[in-house]
Amino acid sequence: MAGWGLYNTLTDSSVQKPDLTTTLAGIRSPNPFWLASAPPTNSAYQICRAFEAGWGGAVWKTIGHDPIVNVSSRYGSIDYDGRKMMGFNNIELITDRTLETNLEEIADVKKKFPDHALVVSLMVESTRAAWHDVVKRTEDTGCDGLELNFGCPHGMSERGMGSAVGQVPEYTQMVTEWVKEIAQTPVLIKLTPNVADIRYIARAAKAGGADGLSLINTINSIMGIDLDSFNPKPHVAGRGSHGGYCGPAVKPIALNMVQQLADDPEVGLPLSGMGGVQAWQDAIEFMLLGAGNVQVCTAVMHYGFRIVEHLISGLENWMASKNYAQTSDFVGLSAGKLGDWADLDLGYKVVAEIDQETCIHCGLCYIACEDGAHQSIDMTRIEDSTISSDDPSLPSFLSGGQTVFAGVGDGYANRFDINQETCVGCNLCSLVCPVSTCITMVEKESAIPSITWRIYQEKLQSGKIERIMPPDHV
Amino acid sequence: MIQKTLLTPDQLAENFADLHAAYPRDEAVTESSRCLFCFDAPCTRACPTHIDVPRFIRQILHDNMAGAAETIFSENIFGGSCARACPTEVLCEGACVDNTLLNEPVQIGRLQRYATDSTPASFTPGPVTGKRIAVVGSGPAGLSCAYTLRRLGHAVTVFEASDIAGGLNTLGIAAYKITTEFSLSEIDAIQAMDIEIRLGEYVDAVRLEELRASYDAVFLGIGLGPTANLEIPGEDLGGVTEALEFIAQTHTGPFEECEVGQNVVVIGAGNTAIDVATEAVRLGAENVLIVYRRTSHEMSAFAYEYELAKADGVKFEWLVRPIKFLGENGVLSGLRLQRLELVGEGRGAMLQVIPDSTFDIACDMAIKSLGQVALEPFLSEAADLQLEGGKVGIDASTGATGVDGLFSGGDCTNKGAEIVDAVQDGKIAAFGIDVYLGGLGSL
Ligand SMILES: Cc1cc2nc3c(=O)[nH]c(=O)nc-3n(C[C@H](O)[C@H](O)[C@H](O)COP(=O)(O)OP(=O)(O)OC[C@H]3O[C@@H](n4cnc5c(N)ncnc54)[C@H](O)[C@@H]3O)c2cc1C
Ligand SMILES: Cc1cc2nc3c(=O)[nH]c(=O)nc-3n(C[C@H](O)[C@H](O)[C@H](O)COP(=O)(O)O)c2cc1C
Ligand code: SF4
Ligand code: SF4
Ligand code: SF4
Repeated sequence: MAGWGLYNTLTDSSVQKPDLTTTLAGIRSPNPFWLASAPPTNSAYQICRAFEAGWGGAVWKTIGHDPIVNVSSRYGSIDYDGRKMMGFNNIELITDRTLETNLEEIADVKKKFPDHALVVSLMVESTRAAWHDVVKRTEDTGCDGLELNFGCPHGMSERGMGSAVGQVPEYTQMVTEWVKEIAQTPVLIKLTPNVADIRYIARAAKAGGADGLSLINTINSIMGIDLDSFNPKPHVAGRGSHGGYCGPAVKPIALNMVQQLADDPEVGLPLSGMGGVQAWQDAIEFMLLGAGNVQVCTAVMHYGFRIVEHLISGLENWMASKNYAQTSDFVGLSAGKLGDWADLDLGYKVVAEIDQETCIHCGLCYIACEDGAHQSIDMTRIEDSTISSDDPSLPSFLSGGQTVFAGVGDGYANRFDINQETCVGCNLCSLVCPVSTCITMVEKESAIPSITWRIYQEKLQSGKIERIMPPDHV
Repeated sequence: MIQKTLLTPDQLAENFADLHAAYPRDEAVTESSRCLFCFDAPCTRACPTHIDVPRFIRQILHDNMAGAAETIFSENIFGGSCARACPTEVLCEGACVDNTLLNEPVQIGRLQRYATDSTPASFTPGPVTGKRIAVVGSGPAGLSCAYTLRRLGHAVTVFEASDIAGGLNTLGIAAYKITTEFSLSEIDAIQAMDIEIRLGEYVDAVRLEELRASYDAVFLGIGLGPTANLEIPGEDLGGVTEALEFIAQTHTGPFEECEVGQNVVVIGAGNTAIDVATEAVRLGAENVLIVYRRTSHEMSAFAYEYELAKADGVKFEWLVRPIKFLGENGVLSGLRLQRLELVGEGRGAMLQVIPDSTFDIACDMAIKSLGQVALEPFLSEAADLQLEGGKVGIDASTGATGVDGLFSGGDCTNKGAEIVDAVQDGKIAAFGIDVYLGGLGSL
């Protein structure tokens, strides 16, 4: 990933900055970074601060006809070996403020920030009249679009709203149709990931006339159990309820769903991607898989609106290094690179290679391959008497008249070598290696000719190919 | 003039506060998360007692403090002292691969302290074997041996000449590393395992024979003797003292009672000399100078100890040798030195006196810090002990001396190493004794 340094030239006014403006389902935004409908978009105060900080758009916290009553506490999180909030969950409902207050504030914000994208998330009782009423009143604020919340997985679904709608293609289509009957602005449908195959719901939304899709909403989850009180996390007077999971940990699930929709010829709608966007790289990944923009919630709840500066600067530098002038130059470039396993090339082979100069001798690759993969790394001893004092991988220093080598104990260091004959090219060692450039996977001639599994099956049946034999080595 | 320190109790408490403060939980967890959990971990290999470092660090990370403490204590019952006083720079932390990755090792010593502070050591002795072992000396070697034997199910009695237990671990380590109270608390935990320590019981050659006759085996962990003399004129002047005595005063009484000069010269440049020099500064000496025959390259003090002394404002005079303590009315007034030069390369370089280079340094306190001598009288009288250059000769894998049923370890067998080496020696000898007695013990 070298080359972003080139963008230093941007300070030179003769070089054109990439244009981050995006238009999604007809909604224009100064950049592809929107706040997702959630606590950071609760109020005019917050959204104004967010727009001032640099956010391109915001989806107002879901509003409805009657203010709900929330519980306390509401959030739980998963920490991972010392880092906080790898994953986040909530049992909060939609807005707890009145419809009138929300609508007034939406109108104010829109007046103050005419060029920013202000979309309003809606969720009301599943009747045509209720939806018609809320759509009309919301659009009177001057907002740029509507996002129908068919995704909230807790509380609202028990009242026949949220994911209760979004899990049933027929309901999704029906409510979308009601809204489209009178909506003047673009209508996005926000999808729940809590379904077996998200494509069916997306197709239903399309059939109902949706202008675009937002995904993913949060995933059904229980964050954990307190080992002393046995209470769930979070708990309300000792009881819990499954909540909605989001944050960095859910990104791979969200990416998969975005790709599924981007690549589905029956969907063909603009996508607003979200789920775990923290860094600019995450945003680009969503966009490469077909999202026209991204929405962010957890990262803002963790660090505040200021993270948008990093998102923008990272995206700009990356686009400049790739010579992309606008985001549409790269949206969707990777969507077609995914598909069925059956279409993967069985004759493609990589093996691991260790750069001994940068290896720090931690042994993690060895034990991972030995116990968790294919026993393809050899461990041998290097006696300390044979180590040169300028070996970069075993640095040394003098203390109290003795030479101390990092990586050496009891008179030796371990050396690790890949047995490339038996390595299956699974990546595991390179994934666990703490040195980013130490283990690389290199292409190697395979004994199997280039062929996909699908074609292999066809040829096997027609007797045009020999069966591929299992490897000698596990 | 040597006098009681002029510093206030508050200043003294601050000066002798822990060199490295205890970690609060969040810091410990964050630091633990830096550990890579190496396989065949270099840090574990570099620890003389082979504590499973990545294992206890992971136990900290995952809030299993009882497990972390057990991981440490099962290999090293002085895990708390070692956490505070080990020269980790040349041991576990020196070997840590994060030195390579991040230029900064995982703070293993401080994490070890966090773990051992959290849960006191406690082990149930193994099933009774009926064997009785006498341990001579209650330093780290003796008590580590006693503890391991007891865990194996043997009965142990410790004989200690001094009226305070713990050997140098209690009386010899710089007080900003290990406090007297801490050392004694560790010993309490060992005693709680039903190990009797008999204080004030000096074992001479005759008593040693009695012990050999009435016990099934004897372990000798007697450490070393006093600091070596310089054998130059004026050594008996008031104000000339030696390292062990100077340090011991910080353990046997309150800091306010400790005596220190205003202008202190420390002779020698080993780790002991550094401890002495920094403690003199911390007790309020105005000027502290270390004089050494060679240079900073050859000195045996560890790099971090040298840095500590420099940070404390200690000055150094290299390539000099003391030739006379100067005095007035029986009281030290200065030290006469001669300049030397190194002829040749590296460790083999020879020292030569530079003619007409004699000079005097005014001082009111001189502390000899040259390393300890062997307990020669005891050793030469005691039953057929094989002495190898002042050390008790042992088989490194069992601790056995040439004498039947007599085992040994610690400073008396290595001429002075670290606490952690003494602990490992005691442990090895305990297993050696168990095998010698028929391997009846079980952990
Ligand atoms: C000034 C100084 C500073 C040090 N600092 C550090 C440090 O920071 N970190 C570190 O790891 N190590 C340090 N050490 C080294 C460490 O203290 C020793 O290596 C360790 O204490 C040796 O343990 P031991 O059990 O062999 O001997 P000792 O600790 O010397 O214990 C021997 C015991 O045997 C007793 N004894 C002796 N003869 C008899 C007898 N005939 N009968 C009965 N009892 C007897 C003694 O009274 C003593 O209690 C330091 C040493 C010194 C001198
Ligand atoms: C506390 C909380 C409340 C939320 N409330 C709503 C909501 O009212 N309407 C909605 O459509 N999504 C809601 N979400 C889901 C987010 O908009 C978003 O889809 C999800 O958090 C994934 O993005 P992230 O990983 O960036 O947080 C909420 C999320 C959180 C954490
Ligand atoms: S790629 Fe997989 S099989 Fe090959 S050495 Fe690495 S872990 Fe082992
Ligand atoms: S994981 Fe990487 S750094 Fe560690 S031993 Fe293997 S190759 Fe070396
Ligand atoms: S060498 Fe360092 S990183 Fe590796 S296990 Fe030991 S403390 Fe952890």
